[in-house]
Amino acid sequence: MRLEARESVSLTMKALAPLMAVGAAMLVCSALLLWADASPLDGWALMLKGALGSKFAVTETLTRATPLIFTGLAAAVAFRAKLWNIGGEGQLYIGAVVATWLGTGPFAMPPYLMIPYLFLAGAIGGGLLLLLPTLLKTRLAVDEVVTTLLLNFIVILFVNWLVFGPWKDPMSMGWPQAAPVIDQAMLPTVLAKTRLHLGFFIALACAVGAWWFMRATTWGFEIRAVGASPRASTFAGMPVDAATVRTALLSGGLAAMAGVSELCGVKGYLTLDLSPGFGYSGIVVAMLAALHPLGVVASALFVAVIYIGADSMSRAINVSSYIADVTTSVCLLAVLVAMFLTKYRIRWR
Amino acid sequence: MTEPVLKLSGITKTFGSVTANEDVTLELRRGEMLALLGENGAGKTTLMSILFGHYVADSGSVEVFGSPLPEGSPRAALAAGVGMVHQHFTLAANMTVLENVMLGTESLLAPAHDTRAVTARLTSLMGRFGLHVNPAATVRSLSVGERQRVEILKVLYRDARILILDEPTAVLTPQEAEHLFATLRQLVDDGLSVIFITHKLREVMAASDRCAVLRHGRVVFEADTSATSAGELARAMVGSEIPTARRPEPKKGKEILYLDSVSVRDRRGKPLLDGLNLSLNSHEILGIAGVSGNGQAQLADLLSGLIAPDDGQIVIHGSPVHSPTPAAMIARGVGRVPDDRTGTGLVADMTVLENLATEVYRLPGFARRGVMNFKALASRARQLVEAFDVRCPGIETPVRKLSGGNMQKLILARVLSCAPSVIMVNQPTWGLDIGATAYVHQQLLDATERGAGVVLISEDLDELFQVADRIQVMYQGSLSGPVPTAEVDRAELGLLMSGTHTAPASAAGEVRQ
Repeated sequence: MRLEARESVSLTMKALAPLMAVGAAMLVCSALLLWADASPLDGWALMLKGALGSKFAVTETLTRATPLIFTGLAAAVAFRAKLWNIGGEGQLYIGAVVATWLGTGPFAMPPYLMIPYLFLAGAIGGGLLLLLPTLLKTRLAVDEVVTTLLLNFIVILFVNWLVFGPWKDPMSMGWPQAAPVIDQAMLPTVLAKTRLHLGFFIALACAVGAWWFMRATTWGFEIRAVGASPRASTFAGMPVDAATVRTALLSGGLAAMAGVSELCGVKGYLTLDLSPGFGYSGIVVAMLAALHPLGVVASALFVAVIYIGADSMSRAINVSSYIADVTTSVCLLAVLVAMFLTKYRIRWR
Repeated sequence: MTEPVLKLSGITKTFGSVTANEDVTLELRRGEMLALLGENGAGKTTLMSILFGHYVADSGSVEVFGSPLPEGSPRAALAAGVGMVHQHFTLAANMTVLENVMLGTESLLAPAHDTRAVTARLTSLMGRFGLHVNPAATVRSLSVGERQRVEILKVLYRDARILILDEPTAVLTPQEAEHLFATLRQLVDDGLSVIFITHKLREVMAASDRCAVLRHGRVVFEADTSATSAGELARAMVGSEIPTARRPEPKKGKEILYLDSVSVRDRRGKPLLDGLNLSLNSHEILGIAGVSGNGQAQLADLLSGLIAPDDGQIVIHGSPVHSPTPAAMIARGVGRVPDDRTGTGLVADMTVLENLATEVYRLPGFARRGVMNFKALASRARQLVEAFDVRCPGIETPVRKLSGGNMQKLILARVLSCAPSVIMVNQPTWGLDIGATAYVHQQLLDATERGAGVVLISEDLDELFQVADRIQVMYQGSLSGPVPTAEVDRAELGLLMSGTHTAPASAAGEVRQ
């Protein structure tokens, strides 16, 4: 078996491939639905309806896409520089911790100052968290995949300690959660009676900003060059280590914004279920987008549709919610394979 | 006339839209040494790979000793008596010569091997053809020339009657190459037949009985070597008159680069560069000769600013460079052309425009407050692409899609557009066709005319004789003293390259054995 690069792929094929992949994934998952004594056709109709069928459904999907855009951008920026940041989850929680720390009372400002302040502070927190593994990488050549991944668990245990210990809200009736952030820190909802909040638009702005930064600035140029060839960049006299450190600050910051946004936009207080793995899903989102910042928005929306749709479908036809998880995973795998196959063809010999 | 032992008829092979071989018909006779000539990409290696069964031809047939050879099976080719010595050796470095010879010939399942019989046979082969290597030595400890002998022995051990060698002299010193051709001559006299692939005309004229020239996948010329000339072969290879570089009037220059007993050691303290002394004047090309792996890579890295000297210093325009970095060297007016174009010289996945920007993007005019001025960069890129005749579909093309010659032109464009006073070029014409080679040489000569000094690191003595004003030889991390090109011959350089004697004028200290 050999892989051959395809010479040219038509735009239609590129656009069609992910859709066909979702189709294939649905076929596979139909077997699961049949096994669970449900009608696959109803299932898929419900899935689409659940994600996009009503105003409420659409806003739920956009709400879900918001953290995915942030963590997707974090992974896209870092991976572009070949900085393998697997620590999005930890950075997200650090963002939430910083937002809780500063947003629960010490300073009260009007929202138009408070919100940027919390986003900025959270981003600095996330950036600094990623700085540590990055310096270990540039100085001592320690593999950042391992260090960033393991830092996630440290951060989550730290949050665990906070919400069970010093930060536990006395008003929470014993639940492990921190005190809620003050009203000025909450992101206003965009549509009445929905959960869609300002964070979605902040995420969109970040995507455009990241795209412009990577494309048009000297720092972005350095990051792209370093990622594409560290050796050639070094040879050309580029500041390779500085570019890597800047990437880390940017990537960690973006991931942390997901935490701030979820905390101040959806939950209101810090708990351990703030993120069902948004940090990891961000990696998938970034890969689906081929690491393009604007593509991240599209792929985050796509992933959110599958998440929300599969969830709602499993509830509506009363099958196990695991089927929703499996559907999500199979869809993502199929799309990744399809994107791979649009780049390469397999030759058997 | 003896009977043909090998007949290729009507071989055509395409890769996608590229035709590598087109209707190639070729014969090899018993006891004949055939040189297969052609520029890079002419289809030589593809043709031999088809013959040896690595590729399957689209059409055409291969006949060995009168019977057709099954397609696509190296094993069948071996069984039919065809042996191939690849340009990149296929030896297990951690095993002995004997074990390497046995690999693939002896059954892996046999409980024990009769090593004594193998040794006896190997020794007799060595004696018969003058291919002496210690059978018990590990391949790692052998020199490149010896490794090649092992490759040939491996093939002979399998009773090959037809030997194919792909660019056999690429890694050898002139003396080793001579020895190789003497061996091949002995094989041919013994009744074997040899095809060697090369692009060096001198070897063809010196060693072969007959030669065939491939161009764009076709045989365009075939003759007995005695009935042709190097000039005729060169014209056949290129398809037109050969462009030659024009040397400018020699001018007296002043010293612009000076290495003062520079040493570089690896982590364990082993010297990689050992007390180098080198003085480069403006208006000259200083050639650095040597067999690859004798420290040329480190010298190139040193002048590129990638590594710093552990001892001694680099002096440019009279002032020492205290902390050499690539950026510092560029700022001092050093232009650098590395040997590895796709990995070091260029960012292969970025565009022509972006690659032309990598050394200037922060300069005023190209960036303001951290925002790049793509308009200015694009117009500069268009100018350079035109001035240096880089053939590409557009400045937004990824560099990966360019040919080797165009990549080199792109690097030269980037380097020379900064008007460097010192230029370091490492293997600048490696893998380039004759036209591109002449172009590179002309650019370097033109630069010296404008007052630059060039350090030309090259393993190709022909190249050095063609353009260098003075030559120093690198051997095991040391440099011999400089000699004017006009006052030295190949044999003398060959001896220096193999470390057997030191040039009288040496200022570099003794050459270590």
